[in-house]
Amino acid sequence: MHGLSELQFQDLVSSFLGPYYIALALMNGLAALYLWRSGQTKAWFNLPGSIGGKRVAITNVVVWLLVAMVFAVLAAIAGSGNTSIASLPEWLREAINNSTGPVVYSVGSSAVLIILYLFRGFFVRPAIAWAIWNLMWLFLGLSMTDPDFYDIVAKPDNVPIVMLVFLLAFFTWLATYRAVINDERIANGEPPLEKLDDEKILVWPDLVYTELICMIALTAFLIFWAIALPAPLEEAASSVKTPNPSKAPWYFLGLQEMLVYYDPWMAGVVLPSMIVAGLMAIPYLDFNKKGNGYYTIKERQFSYIVFQFGFLEMWITLIVLGTLLRGPNWNFFGPYEHWDAHKVEALNNVNLSEYVWQRGLNMSLPGALSFSDMPWIPLPAWLTAFLNPFLQFFSLLFGRELPGTLLVLGYFIALPPVMALTVFRGFYQRMGFIRFMIMANLLLFMASLPIKMVLRWVFQLKYLIAIPEFFFNF
Amino acid sequence: MPDLGETIRESQIWKSIFRHPMPVDRRNRIVVMLTNFFLHLHPVSIKKQGIALSYTWCMGGVTFFLFLVETVTGVLLMFYYRPTVEWAYTDIQMLRDVHSLGILREIHRWGAHAMVITVWLHMYRVFLTGSYKPPREFNWVVGVFLLLLTLLLSFTGYLLPWDQLAVWAITVGSNMARATPFLGHEGPGQQLLTLGGVDMITNASDARFALLGAREVGEETLNRFYILHCIAIPLGVALLLAIHFWRVRKDGGISGPL
Repeated sequence: MHGLSELQFQDLVSSFLGPYYIALALMNGLAALYLWRSGQTKAWFNLPGSIGGKRVAITNVVVWLLVAMVFAVLAAIAGSGNTSIASLPEWLREAINNSTGPVVYSVGSSAVLIILYLFRGFFVRPAIAWAIWNLMWLFLGLSMTDPDFYDIVAKPDNVPIVMLVFLLAFFTWLATYRAVINDERIANGEPPLEKLDDEKILVWPDLVYTELICMIALTAFLIFWAIALPAPLEEAASSVKTPNPSKAPWYFLGLQEMLVYYDPWMAGVVLPSMIVAGLMAIPYLDFNKKGNGYYTIKERQFSYIVFQFGFLEMWITLIVLGTLLRGPNWNFFGPYEHWDAHKVEALNNVNLSEYVWQRGLNMSLPGALSFSDMPWIPLPAWLTAFLNPFLQFFSLLFGRELPGTLLVLGYFIALPPVMALTVFRGFYQRMGFIRFMIMANLLLFMASLPIKMVLRWVFQLKYLIAIPEFFFNF
Repeated sequence: MPDLGETIRESQIWKSIFRHPMPVDRRNRIVVMLTNFFLHLHPVSIKKQGIALSYTWCMGGVTFFLFLVETVTGVLLMFYYRPTVEWAYTDIQMLRDVHSLGILREIHRWGAHAMVITVWLHMYRVFLTGSYKPPREFNWVVGVFLLLLTLLLSFTGYLLPWDQLAVWAITVGSNMARATPFLGHEGPGQQLLTLGGVDMITNASDARFALLGAREVGEETLNRFYILHCIAIPLGVALLLAIHFWRVRKDGGISGPL
């Protein structure tokens, strides 16, 4: 933590962690109280032996009360300045730093999401979800004592991302919880949960008062947030002092992260436009009539998986990666790693054309054609001047870059018909030619990012088509 | 001695504003929704599940409320802020250090971040409940435009404090426009657009220039972003919000199983 001595940092962290753990203890205490009062007490297991002839059961209420007590003890320890006890062990932090990188992060988050999806019936159980929820907060609290972690997470403009992650975890659980119940009900021939509360009620007072309470709560929350966390204000703007790293606002960092794999014209212009167009196209492409107005996964598995892949897996995890784990020179830094501007990472990525011509065929790269090399073509000078860039570009595209061009054209033009004839035959028949082609191309654009990631990681592939002369790299 | 509240409610002024008795019985609870301008956005009655927080998450409403918070705090902040290179940074410093209402800036900034998050959560909920399906397809499209405008509002506002964070975030973000195909001076196809051997798309005529009003983030950009942030985009949002809410009602109210 720059500018703070170790002691000052400990003071700062413990003044944060004390209330933090107390809040977590209260959260678990309230959960226990709620379960007890609403008669949802469940015996999870029995203690061995018996007292007075009665077996002693450990109920969920007891467990969450114990968890609350653990947090209360943590509050006492961390709040009194003993932050070294209430933190992750050094070796674990080292291990996490050393084992993480863009590959582990991306593959790992995909694996986690896939496991959560496949075993959602298990993970949405309130007790399991509540345990994971507690672990997430505990992990955050234990990590906060690390100065490098604190530095990044507690940066005022990064706080919303931490909130976003927790909110998404909660709401994804809520939606999946209801979807799992609905899917079971539908399988049993029952209507979804949403159908049960079918009676009409008056908007005044039920809805109007709910809105009023929401507004007051939100205002209180905003004022609290505004008092607790000052808005950032760095030194005055200077066009000569470039900060390292220079980052866009956090909600665009998924796009900035794509710059690792794509040139700006793709990552900054084409793909965002495709995202917007794709979002707008969703209602016109999704021909599935089911799942309108209630949570379900089984009734609309395809659209669910595609959306979650795009939203949670691509958009959100890339934002988290770009904001919290990308440091100076856009290098990857582990969560407990110091952002060292001098960290050097070898960049020896190779273009496909270099692979083919130089390494494969042992030739030098073919150059571009130009009318100046072909004086025998009887064209007026003004016309050749106009046509020359076109000739250069296309001779590079179908000459030097032919392998990549064929691959990309095959991907975007030949693959959709193949999809229509094989895996997506049913889709094609129901959607018709135009709608199917639009959907196929949107899907292929979306899939191109993970494909390029894997090509980069496995083959150090830089570009499939590399025509830097015309800023055309793909 | 007549009751004061009753006196007020019996007065001509009160009755000219509220043309019905207090909404304590069924009839007047219906009438209040129909006769009040602010409430007539709502239907009179609604299915019980339509207001269950576990179904709606209230995120659309929260987003709208945050938009109102941003409007009010934004107008107040405009009193204290001059969008010039000379004054912008100092004015924000004054808000932080001197003015007693400086906390407005915090509310405005955190409200803006929160609004981006709640828009996403709202769309997340709408997707997961399949609420974009017929007959609500077009309202989803309007919603995507609102998402775009929300991001642009946040993006243009990011520049206004005129500190290092602001200027470089906007520089990084707007550098992308340089690479717009055909329309950016470092975009693919730019070389193909020439007129008599002279490039038509240069750093003084490309998409980035249109966004920044200059070759670099500077005085012109600050002015441009200020106007976009305070006038142009909010007006667009207000119009689309009106359409969005109106369509919610016209498309059959909040979604639910048929």
